Amino acid sequence: MPETMPPRPGKGPAPAGTASEPGAGGLDARLVVDRGSFRLDIGLTAAQGEVVALLGPNGAGKTTALRALAGLAPLTAGHLRLDGADLHRTPPESRPVGVVFQDYLLFPHLSALDNVAFGPRCRGAGKAEARAQAAEWLERMGLADHAGAKPRRLSGGQAQRVALARALATHPRLLLLDEPLAALDARTRLEVRAQLRRHLAAFEAVAVLVTHDPLDAMVLADRLVVVEHGRIVQEGSPSAIARHPRTEYIAQLVGLNLYRGHADGHTVRLDAGPAVSTTDDLTGPAFVAFPPGAVTLYRDRPTGSSARNLWHCAIAGLETHGDQIRAELTGELSLAADLTTAAAAELDLHPGAPVWATVKATQTHAYPA
Amino acid sequence: MTTSRETPRKTRPRTPGRGVPLALLAPALLGLAFLLVPLLALLVRAPWRSLPEQLTSPEVWQALRLSLFCATTATALSLVVGVPLAWLLARTDFPGRGLLRALVTLPLVLPPVVGGVALLLALGRNGVVGQWLDAWFGITLPFTTTGVILAETFVAMPFLVISVEGTLRATDPRYEEAATTLGASRFTAFRRVTLPLIAPGIAAGSVLAWARALGEFGATITFAGNFPGRTQTMPLAVYLALQNDPAAAIALSLVLLAVSIAVLAGLRDRWMRTV
Repeated sequence: MPETMPPRPGKGPAPAGTASEPGAGGLDARLVVDRGSFRLDIGLTAAQGEVVALLGPNGAGKTTALRALAGLAPLTAGHLRLDGADLHRTPPESRPVGVVFQDYLLFPHLSALDNVAFGPRCRGAGKAEARAQAAEWLERMGLADHAGAKPRRLSGGQAQRVALARALATHPRLLLLDEPLAALDARTRLEVRAQLRRHLAAFEAVAVLVTHDPLDAMVLADRLVVVEHGRIVQEGSPSAIARHPRTEYIAQLVGLNLYRGHADGHTVRLDAGPAVSTTDDLTGPAFVAFPPGAVTLYRDRPTGSSARNLWHCAIAGLETHGDQIRAELTGELSLAADLTTAAAAELDLHPGAPVWATVKATQTHAYPA
Repeated sequence: MTTSRETPRKTRPRTPGRGVPLALLAPALLGLAFLLVPLLALLVRAPWRSLPEQLTSPEVWQALRLSLFCATTATALSLVVGVPLAWLLARTDFPGRGLLRALVTLPLVLPPVVGGVALLLALGRNGVVGQWLDAWFGITLPFTTTGVILAETFVAMPFLVISVEGTLRATDPRYEEAATTLGASRFTAFRRVTLPLIAPGIAAGSVLAWARALGEFGATITFAGNFPGRTQTMPLAVYLALQNDPAAAIALSLVLLAVSIAVLAGLRDRWMRTV
């Protein structure tokens, strides 16, 4: 996973204003959708050329947000402006919006070429012209050889590119991608992710993608918007979010133990009970985070350990994580700890076993909440 | 059986007798015989020697032509209004849709004679709608070939609607949404995406409706009467012939049986190709 995003090629000069200014290019939306007991309420802005990822667990409302942007789900309240034009009341077929659906929804009775030509045809191009445009798009996606193939004959990666070509062929000012890589197997995913990244980088308008996979989000997007329970819980650059997660969901995504508490100097008194010593110095509401690998486990209370953070816990569960074992602990503090298989065997760990967990203050990280 | 690991891959055909309790087997065979014996009787008692002569008589041809024409026209009529009706029932949401759906399927269970009476009351010369058709346009429907077509449409269209609606419900409505995001109006999405996707269901529904229209008796004789050449379709001709010329009735029945078997074969072929 790249730590920082390289500059995007092929982009025009950045627009003078940000998208939140009225009349500026890009997306400016507040999406409120009521669905029985579920309520989505998020503000979303994006500048031209920006790729924004909506990241969140299943049921968070990401797809609902996407459908609202496409006009497939009506807004209960809020507003939606794209390049300064109000789209709130525009029917989906008149919006300059392209959608790549999760399972692509390529029309099974049409060839790849005719799938791509469908949009231009509907937008007024003649049959020959639409097909010529479609052929060009397929060429650009490296699919010229598959123009005549029906969708069921395409591999997952090819179908994904046809779907992208189909969405781009209408020259949308807003490109929406719903879990663009979820339908692919792990190997294809790697390859398609790289291709998609290239195509998104070359796309000059706004792209919004929805995913529950943090890696997809971090590779593909300039900015992450994390949605939980229909609300935005955090947004920012991928690296900023990875460093300073603000909810347990994000912390788990990036592999951290995360706690909320009240800091006073080098000690953070956790809402959950115990205190954590850190090397950071701050006062007021704070988060403390540390990676599972920083946790050391003992069967007996350690005496010679220099760690000041010591908690009595019990093993709640064990699972293999690559060549490591991840232990879920409950007790004074709920936390995840990584240890080697050999260490786990030596400690004779099993669910229910009492253990002592320690973390060095230097391996914790505290930041204001 | 094929549980042991040494058994070769070639699967043995399952023998129906093995493991089937007699309490189920006996009534099953009885039911099977009950369905098949009448058809066999038809074949056994068929006047095979005089058959070519029977089938080439002008009366038979007249009835057969009229039947094929009316059933085909009724099917076409059902397609024109039935497919949009099926779409409405499957894809839109409005209060009372469930009730409407039940009403649409009512002719499936309604005795056809009652359907004929209802058609008379609606479209008869003094009917609720018919009196205006007569007064304004001079159109009379009962006891005409058009009346036959309407009676057959009334009885057959629900088959088409049910079949198409079922196919529509099984088709992902998000294809229409995808078409919409590409700039297609809802009608364009229906015409260019949904219609091709539900073509197998439409074909199957059409065959069912056509077969039902071809065999229609009760509503036809009630609403359109029994005039040779004008409203006397095959089933009516069979019934009439049975009273004064049983051999002709059997011959006509054989023709309808042959058509039914052809329809079944056609349907089966359709399913094999599309499913």
